[in-house]
Amino acid sequence: MFAYTGRILHIDLTNKTTSIQRVDEGFLKKYVGGVCLAARLAYDNIPKGADPFGPENALCFATSAFAATIVPVGNKYSVAAKSPLTGFLGDCLSTSYFAAAIRQAGYDGIVIKGKADKPTYIFIDDDVIQFRDASHLWGKETWETEEAIRAEMGDETVRTCVIGPAGENLVRFANLTNDRGRQAGRTGMGAVMGSKLLKAVAIRGTKPVKVADPDRLRTLALDFAQRAQGPKTEKYRVLGTPANVLALNSKGILPTRNFQQGTFEAAEKVSGEYMHEHHHEKTVACAGCPIACEQVVAVREGPYAGARTSVDYESLYALGTNCGIDYFPGIIKAIELCDRYGMDTMSTGVTIAWAMECFERGILTKEDFGGLEPYFGNHEAEVALVEMIAKREGIGDLLAEGVKRASEKVGKGSEHFAMHVKGLEMAGYDLRGCQTFALGAAVGTRGPCHNRSLAYEADTHAEVPLFTCGPERGQIAKDKEDFAAVLDVMMFCKFIRGCFTDLYADSAKFYTLTTGIEMTAEEVRKLGERAWNMKKAFNIREGWTKEDDWLPPRCFKDPIVNPKDGKGYVVKPEDLRMMIDAYYKARGWTEEGLIPKEKFIELGLEDIAEELGV
Amino acid sequence: MEYYPHIVCDPDKCTGCRMCELACSMAKEGVFAPLLSRIRNVRIEPIVMMTISCRLCQDPPCVIACPRKALSQSPETGIILVDEDLCDGCGWCIEACPFGAISLNPATKVVVICDLCQDLEEPQCVKYCPKEALSLSTTEMVAQKARKEAVTKLLQELVAS
Repeated sequence: MFAYTGRILHIDLTNKTTSIQRVDEGFLKKYVGGVCLAARLAYDNIPKGADPFGPENALCFATSAFAATIVPVGNKYSVAAKSPLTGFLGDCLSTSYFAAAIRQAGYDGIVIKGKADKPTYIFIDDDVIQFRDASHLWGKETWETEEAIRAEMGDETVRTCVIGPAGENLVRFANLTNDRGRQAGRTGMGAVMGSKLLKAVAIRGTKPVKVADPDRLRTLALDFAQRAQGPKTEKYRVLGTPANVLALNSKGILPTRNFQQGTFEAAEKVSGEYMHEHHHEKTVACAGCPIACEQVVAVREGPYAGARTSVDYESLYALGTNCGIDYFPGIIKAIELCDRYGMDTMSTGVTIAWAMECFERGILTKEDFGGLEPYFGNHEAEVALVEMIAKREGIGDLLAEGVKRASEKVGKGSEHFAMHVKGLEMAGYDLRGCQTFALGAAVGTRGPCHNRSLAYEADTHAEVPLFTCGPERGQIAKDKEDFAAVLDVMMFCKFIRGCFTDLYADSAKFYTLTTGIEMTAEEVRKLGERAWNMKKAFNIREGWTKEDDWLPPRCFKDPIVNPKDGKGYVVKPEDLRMMIDAYYKARGWTEEGLIPKEKFIELGLEDIAEELGV
Repeated sequence: MEYYPHIVCDPDKCTGCRMCELACSMAKEGVFAPLLSRIRNVRIEPIVMMTISCRLCQDPPCVIACPRKALSQSPETGIILVDEDLCDGCGWCIEACPFGAISLNPATKVVVICDLCQDLEEPQCVKYCPKEALSLSTTEMVAQKARKEAVTKLLQELVAS
């Protein structure tokens, strides 16, 4: 066995103890890495009904089989825990040198449980694990924290995974930061870390990584690195994901003013093209990525001069169009603050958009906002609210709970336009004009995630009509999910997906050349399905029912206009029910959306079937 | 004065992916291990990215600093040659190098320095750089390119016609 270490590091913060769990080739071939391994570790280490902020919740990191090798875009890790937003499995990915460091220090995964008695950070120095005082780091922003730890260690090669003040303050959508610009962004993993009084995990990994067939692996890697300079990645390399703004606007599915419209009249001013012309500084790469899509931008003049961060479409939609903001520097500032405080830009933007609509409808008043007037388009109010959320000041304390809890507390009909599924805030594709993804968003195990579902591809790539649907979407959504899951388990960035001739065959080849473990294309396909069912099994154990797979009322009641015919469209509840039924069937689940025993057996997850009493 | 060709990094093109380090350590040591790479990427976030490797200096300070005469410079290629029997890993050369281009292999206790992949068809970092940020160039070649670019910019209209 090559590349793999066969070791999972377990860390108990309460007792300040560590142990090594040995895992064999059979286990590793079954779970491989990334999301599937992280979900298995979460299933095994988090007890049913755990409090997301309790010591019993566990942060489960799983690195990629390709981490620390030359396999393009393979330097990723996944982290899973019970999400404080959804109460189900939260799982995130981040491409970063931290992923490589896990492997270089000699581990395939890390499980962190318990709760420290004071602010602490963990230093994993290959085989030596230290629990270090983090009192002096508590309160520091993410970027500062990363640099402070490296300075303290006197070693630039120390890699970190940190939280900012948002994580410390248990903002439910706080995230984890690595390499400054990379985040394990969604479902509140930063809040879980903060609840453990854990400020950071720092790793110095010095061990060389051996692979099974270096020559053929290098040749294949080079081939993909070259493909990654071609037309299939051009969008990412040139404008980055902000290219989506105008593309989605023309289709009428660019979420605007808290999903009240699908087009934004000022889309040009918040487009990738505008950003490139006025704010672009440099396009940089994540760890081991030949594509390079991260658009570092800066504000050069005006009230936000000096603001500098990287901007992706999802941040741009959430804090931009969805809040009706057409002043690009304001959006950059808001994103920069989210990054510094360590919180999810998407959840932050969707929650602020909800607050803005509450303000415009008189549900919340100027007094509630401490004197702010957060009408749509008010970038100053947005920037102020980002700060207040991170610090839980004033109304920020309410908004830091996420849009589901905030709307439940405020009531007065505001639940109607609280744009979340299972408690996770929406992604930037309007579901009324993206109806395969409407299904994907409803059934997603971590909530409405475009990256986990990938069903929006069928819609936006014109494989199916946008504003209508049919029962065939069940199978499409299932296939797209499994495809996405393979990328998340093998751990290839989704932006390279167009470069594969056949994802399943190609990743089997990469896997075998790296690890020496034989794997077929068919086994890879099964792997995607196993990963998805593994995540679902966690949710079922937590009490998931069919009612959890549904959309917010606005998607059914308030139409958006299809620019092609000028007519208004909604997602019809009976259509969604029909698609969900078709989806459960395509998955081989019961009509209630539960996993039957045969499916567990087919996927080699008999032990879980037994525990769940299936 | 004649300069030797060495690995030159264009910081505008470098995206900080570090594939060069992996290609190097695999070519020279048979493993993926950035700490054993002869080329190192420096990222000063968020936008400063550049690699450092041996510049094949004239009167190289590393050779002068070595107390055991383990280092010498090839007069033909300018490459710094390490006599692995003489080198005891004391690290004087590492400290003497103003660019930080020398590393110590902690397993063998011998220093490692870029040799431009003399034994291979081309430097592997150049081959694997996805952005063509790395090249095997002399200082004069870099200067020529800069001069040409500067003049082209100054006299844009004439060049175009």
